[in-house]
Amino acid sequence: MSLALLIDFGSTFTKLLAVDLAAEEILAYAQSCTTVETDIMVGLRRALDLLPPHLQGAPYECRLSSSSAAGGLGMITIGLIPELSAEAARRAALGAGAKVVKVYSFRLSTRELEELVGLKPDILLLAGGTDGGNREVILDNARLLAASRISCPVLIAGNKAAADEVQSILSAAGKITLLTDNVMPEVNVLNVEPVREMIRKIFIERIIESKGLKKAEEFVGGILMPTPTAVLRAAQLLSQGTGSEKGLGDLVIVDIGGATTDVHSIGAGNPVQPGVVRKGLPEPLTKRTVEADLGLRYNAGTILKLCGEGRILQHASLFQKDLAPRLEKLSQCVEVLPQTAEDQDLDFALATCAARAAMERHAGSIEALWGPQGQYYVQYGKDLTGVEHLIGTGGIFIHHRQAGGILRGTLFSPEEPFSLRPKTPNLYTDARYCLFAVGLLADRYPESAFRIARKYLRRWN
Amino acid sequence: MGDHQKSKTVVLGVLGVDAHVVGNKIMAHALESEGFKVVNIGTFSSQQDFIRAAIETAADAILVASLCGHGEMECRGFRENCIEAGVGEIHLVVGGNLVVGKQNWEEVEKRFLQMGFNRAYPPGVSPKQVIADLKKDLPKG
Repeated sequence: MSLALLIDFGSTFTKLLAVDLAAEEILAYAQSCTTVETDIMVGLRRALDLLPPHLQGAPYECRLSSSSAAGGLGMITIGLIPELSAEAARRAALGAGAKVVKVYSFRLSTRELEELVGLKPDILLLAGGTDGGNREVILDNARLLAASRISCPVLIAGNKAAADEVQSILSAAGKITLLTDNVMPEVNVLNVEPVREMIRKIFIERIIESKGLKKAEEFVGGILMPTPTAVLRAAQLLSQGTGSEKGLGDLVIVDIGGATTDVHSIGAGNPVQPGVVRKGLPEPLTKRTVEADLGLRYNAGTILKLCGEGRILQHASLFQKDLAPRLEKLSQCVEVLPQTAEDQDLDFALATCAARAAMERHAGSIEALWGPQGQYYVQYGKDLTGVEHLIGTGGIFIHHRQAGGILRGTLFSPEEPFSLRPKTPNLYTDARYCLFAVGLLADRYPESAFRIARKYLRRWN
Repeated sequence: MGDHQKSKTVVLGVLGVDAHVVGNKIMAHALESEGFKVVNIGTFSSQQDFIRAAIETAADAILVASLCGHGEMECRGFRENCIEAGVGEIHLVVGGNLVVGKQNWEEVEKRFLQMGFNRAYPPGVSPKQVIADLKKDLPKG
């Protein structure tokens, strides 16, 4: 036996997964409430106590963990033009597993600067200007930040012709600065990897400690990444495969949580139809979007506001009464698991609405334009219509008996032909909640991690 | 190729619902071989696409192509939008098949100059001419 213990310090629950790497088997799963406000170890010990006795003190070959506790990795990004460098910076931060609290563009105003300081980000990403392009705005923003009370690390990823000066200005004011390549070196060229790598480094070196997770790190031997990055890593592994295992190809993962719904897609998303012109900032091959207004607990009330009572009831199969007060209660008691058949049915309806809206925002769209020579089609974002695999993860996909139905609700519909959502993918659910663990294992044990994911994903069609 | 042009950045693209890409590629190639830094935003570009790219790259000029005959309609307000976005002084150039039908070029040119373009070119103009004018028009340094 070669055992691994994978831990996720989630915003609500601390989850454990014990895995036998040699047999490529999941041995046990346990969860308990995350206790980051008091002592992170309390919740971890409670969860450990829930494992079968022989696994509680077993000799684990590795203990790895991810974390989205204490608010996750909160980032603020600053760029020049909203649709160009500011958007490039936002995408890089999302791909690094961050929660992007706010995006600013152009020269910061006094009001914005005050707001920014008040939002207390964990990392600030400062971009702006292509290489050799605009220097003034990023330099002005550096001066403004230097004079502010901001104390978090500032990651500089803008115009290389201004970057050194930006760093000097901030360092002279005692700010913690890190420098990397421009996130948008040319117009419509994205360069997100160096930024993502640097964010991961800052997360491991600085954020763990500032979040009160250091103690846990001593026990687990390494909090490697924010939870969303672990899921994204699993998505990459499944899509690309390993030396001996062929990858699945293009895929999409929908991750429905208590506070947010994340969508991850791996694939270029190029136009499938001939003659379609692609416009806008290119999409990263590995793309993550986060819908901060779609979650089954904290945002249960927001789903009602967004989708309306009619849409929610359309996905419910049982009679649901007093919708508004019940959803209000859910958003206040976020740790509550569904007790009755009605509760489960309501969770299913909420999840279907959330997944549907999140997929619509993640997928690209097509616009038909008329010109003197006839009709043209312009595509913005990724065309996901040809994606072959769609995977659902999150608590709802473990517990609900019709979980596959949630995924069906996200698919392409002929009534909205311009929304490029997947058409006929294979549907899977992460029924054993192992994708975060697969992501954590991906670098050290890619082969086993890949096969564990394949083995435990439940197929629905 | 001289040092003068090396430092000059121009935004190039085709304005509006217009798929004519051949001239765009030729122009980009001609400008690059003369040492210009070309930010080619391609076909189906809006006025805002040109202006955003010009700000981000601190461009010295915007070169607008319009081949579909709707140039007059599509180009309206370009200078005003530049002013609004804080790059009101940028050198604006337009060319292509700007109007439909047989119209006197001098009159067409006048209309585009009145719109705020610094240069307007008739159909069939040589890239050499455009580049020679750019070298003359853009301040050295």
